Order: sequence, then C-alpha cells, then structure tokens
Amino acid sequence: MISNLIKRKIFTLLKVQYSNMLEYRVEIALWAISGIIPFFMLNIWTNNNLNEYINISNVMLSRYFLCAFFVRQFSVVWVVFSFEEDSLMGKVSPYLIQPLNPFFRYFAQHLAEQLTRFPFALLIATFFFIFNPESIWIPNFGVLLLSVISTFLSFLIQFLIQSIVACLCFWTEKASSIERLLFIPTLFLSGLLAPVVSFPEYVKSWIYLTPFPYLIDFPANLLSGNATNISRGFSMQILWILLLFPLFKKIWSNGTKKYTAMGS
Amino acid sequence: MNLRKYINIYTKFLHTSLACELEYKTNILIDLITAILSLIGSIFLLSIFFQNNNTIGGWEFEQALIIQGIYTILNGITNTWFNPNLTEIVKHIREGTLDFVLLKPIDSQFFISLKKITPSGFLEIILGIFLLLYCIKINQININLIFLTLCLITIICSICILYSLWFFISTTTIWFVKTWNATEVLRSFLYIGRFPLNSFSFSLRIFFSVVIPIAFITTIPSEVFLGLSQFWKILLEVIVAMVFLISSRKFWLFALKFYSSASS
Repeated sequence: MISNLIKRKIFTLLKVQYSNMLEYRVEIALWAISGIIPFFMLNIWTNNNLNEYINISNVMLSRYFLCAFFVRQFSVVWVVFSFEEDSLMGKVSPYLIQPLNPFFRYFAQHLAEQLTRFPFALLIATFFFIFNPESIWIPNFGVLLLSVISTFLSFLIQFLIQSIVACLCFWTEKASSIERLLFIPTLFLSGLLAPVVSFPEYVKSWIYLTPFPYLIDFPANLLSGNATNISRGFSMQILWILLLFPLFKKIWSNGTKKYTAMGS
Repeated sequence: MNLRKYINIYTKFLHTSLACELEYKTNILIDLITAILSLIGSIFLLSIFFQNNNTIGGWEFEQALIIQGIYTILNGITNTWFNPNLTEIVKHIREGTLDFVLLKPIDSQFFISLKKITPSGFLEIILGIFLLLYCIKINQININLIFLTLCLITIICSICILYSLWFFISTTTIWFVKTWNATEVLRSFLYIGRFPLNSFSFSLRIFFSVVIPIAFITTIPSEVFLGLSQFWKILLEVIVAMVFLISSRKFWLFALKFYSSASS
C-alpha cells in the first residue's frame, strides 16, 4: 500500500517534470553545448603530446574526455539555484505543506532534465566520433552498467552537497555564492579538465580521500576502459553518500524550523 | 549626446547598485575567496600541462602566466559589468519591463549595459594586475611609454570585443526570449582564452580567430606584453574591435524594431 503510493508519487512527479522539461528543449540543448570544455582540453593534451608522460595513448585519452563529458552531462546539479529562487519568491511555503519533501520535486526535475539531455549528448558524441573515428569503442554490458551506477552515485553526491548548501538559504538568503565557491575545486579536481592520474604527487597523495575524483574521474575511467580501482571507487562514493545524507537531514530539519516566509 | 548628463547618471547607477550589493556583505567575502581559488586552480592546471614540457604551443610557463593574468582581468570585468547587466536583458524582455527602459530619455544601450555593478569582480581585476606585474618581473620586460600605450590599446580593444560578444548574444533574446544559457555557452568558449591559441590544433585555431575571436581577446595582448607582436596584428585587433562595437550597436537598433513587449 505505502510502497504503491510512493511509486505513484514518484511516477507522477517524473512524468510532470519530463513534460515540463520538454517545453524547454532549446534551453537544454544549449546547456549540453556549454559542457564541451573537455573536448577543448583534449585538444590541448593531444596537440602538445602531453599524454606521453602519463602513459595514456591518444585514443584512450580521447575516450576518457568523451566519457568525462558524458558523466558531467548526467551529473550536473543546479538545485541550489532553483531553491534559492523559490525560497526568495516564497514558493517554498506551499511545498512545505505538501506531504512530500520538496527536494523530491527538485530531484525529479533533475532526472527529467537528464532524460531530455540524453539525445543532445548523443548527438554531440556522434559529432565527436565523426571527427575522431579511431576512438569509437563499445563498452561491454557489465562495464556500461557499472559506469551508469557510478555516474548516478556521483550525481547523488553532488545533489546532496548542493542540497545542503541550498538549505543554507534558510539562514543567508543568497546561498548560490557558496555553491560557486564549491564549484571551483569541483571543476579543477574532479578530472573534468585533466585526468587525476596526471596530477602531481603532492596532490595525488590526498585527493583520493576527498569526494572530487569520484565525481567525474572515476566514472569516466570506468566507462572509457582506463585503469581505475573499481572497489575503492564505489566504496568511497557510497561512504560519502552515507556521510552526507544524515547531514542533509539534520540541516533540513533545523532549517525548516528556522523558515519564515518572506513578508512575515 | 550630452556627456555630462550621462556621467551624472552613471554615478547614480554606481551609487544605487553598490548600496544594493553591500546588503550582502558575507556574499562579497565568499566571492573574494572564490576569485582567489579560481586563479589558484587555473595556475594549477597550467602547471600540470608544464610539468613534463618546457613549452606549449611555443609558450613557456612564465609567458603563459601573462595570458592567465589578462584572462583574470577580463573575467573580472565581465563579472563586474557584463554579467550582471546583460543577463538582465533576458529578464527585461521576458517580463516586458524593457518598455520602461525604452521610454526613458536616455540611450537604451547605455542604460542596459551599465545599470548594475558587482563589486566582487574588482578583486579579480586587482589579482590579474598583480599577476601581470609579477610576470613583468619574471619575464624581465622593460617598461617604456610605447609599451604601456600598446598594452593599454590592446586590452581596451579586448574589452570592446568581449562586450560586443556578450551584447550580441543578449540581444538575440528579443527573438528567442530565453537565451539565458546562450551566455553560458559563450562563457564556456571564452574559457579557452586561458590558454595560448597556438596550443590548439589548426582547425580550432581558425575557429577561435574567425568565428569567436578569442585569439584577439587574450593572445594578442599577451604577445604585446612580451614584445612579440607585429604591428599589423595590433592594427587588426583595433579594426576588429571597431567592427564589433559598431555592428553590435547596429544589431541592437535593428533588434529593437522586432520588440513587441510581453503578451502583445
């Protein structure tokens, strides 16, 4: 009975949000295009033969950056920006009355957006393969499944971190600047611009303890078939989720107690 | 055109928007940290490229830092003036408030481009200038009057090109209504300006000098800094900047003919 209800709720939410997202196809296509930085980075790497020193062939590196592009496409999170707007506009108030945590709504929005993004990402990948036909490969089913799971876990980590930041809206009103601050280490340390193997030793010694390499580098390595420590990757991803989830619950319950609708 | 009137209005703009931004003091502090981290991150990325190579695209590390410095200054200018104002165009057009701007007895482009200011971008400009000063020291550049004027001319031209690009994209909102993300696409392309143009493959180099003139924005000013640039390149940059400024102005006036307010 209860599980049926939850199922129906989730299904309805997803359906509504998906049709909502389909309204803004062009917008989402533009978002997809704005994620092509990894390809420019690939160009710098291969054009200057920088990859020789880290023992990754041109083909493997181009697969790595393609996968990094894909992982990024399906783990982009923008919940803090939506939540900030909603809480400033007072839209959170009606959500709070509903018997459903508002973050489920945002979660469904993200999933729906990823679904809308998928064809555009595929299109960009097709163009990539036209220009680099030698890098075409088909990962086997097991690898594909594992990397989809790890991409989803990466999305979950980022969603939790951003939701925690979003909850700070209850105290500061403008939480998106904190998100921009957190985005900087994510950008440079996650492996979007350079694979983590290429980092200097003094960074590599501690980076694997932080969540960053598991956001893009680990799923991308897994999918592209580059060497990576699978068991460590998954256990660290799950560990971080287990650490962040209670924190989110705590800050959410404290925040909602603190919440006063605008104008009260 | 009454110059004194415009200067007078601009000081009023400065006053109101500074007062508005200083409401969020911690925000400014966070933005400062973000700017510093972002610079550290990009130097870190550059150092990865150079850890086994002495040159990239013919640029040494110390020389590539100049590009980084100029990029930081330009990014600061974008964050201080272009980003807060030109993203506002989208809002004006969606909500129909552009009517109020057009009715005012001042130039609409002036009003729209300079209304707001985000002071946290200043720190980036200062950081960039410090980095450039440091570069002048380590590259042993001797400063004279000709050098200074040439630098100033090229940097001003870069700012003009950058402004025109932003303004072009924002103007297209009049037809497409939602081009919020188009500026995001532009941002991700401009990211390339952090690296010397020669480090890319030939086809991308053509793309980044003809379609999106990133070459003109950071590479030529950096070459001028190093005293490497030929005279014709500087002349070309001045011409390109003029063409961009004039055509963006023409484009705005042309686009306004198609503006039909909201819901009419």
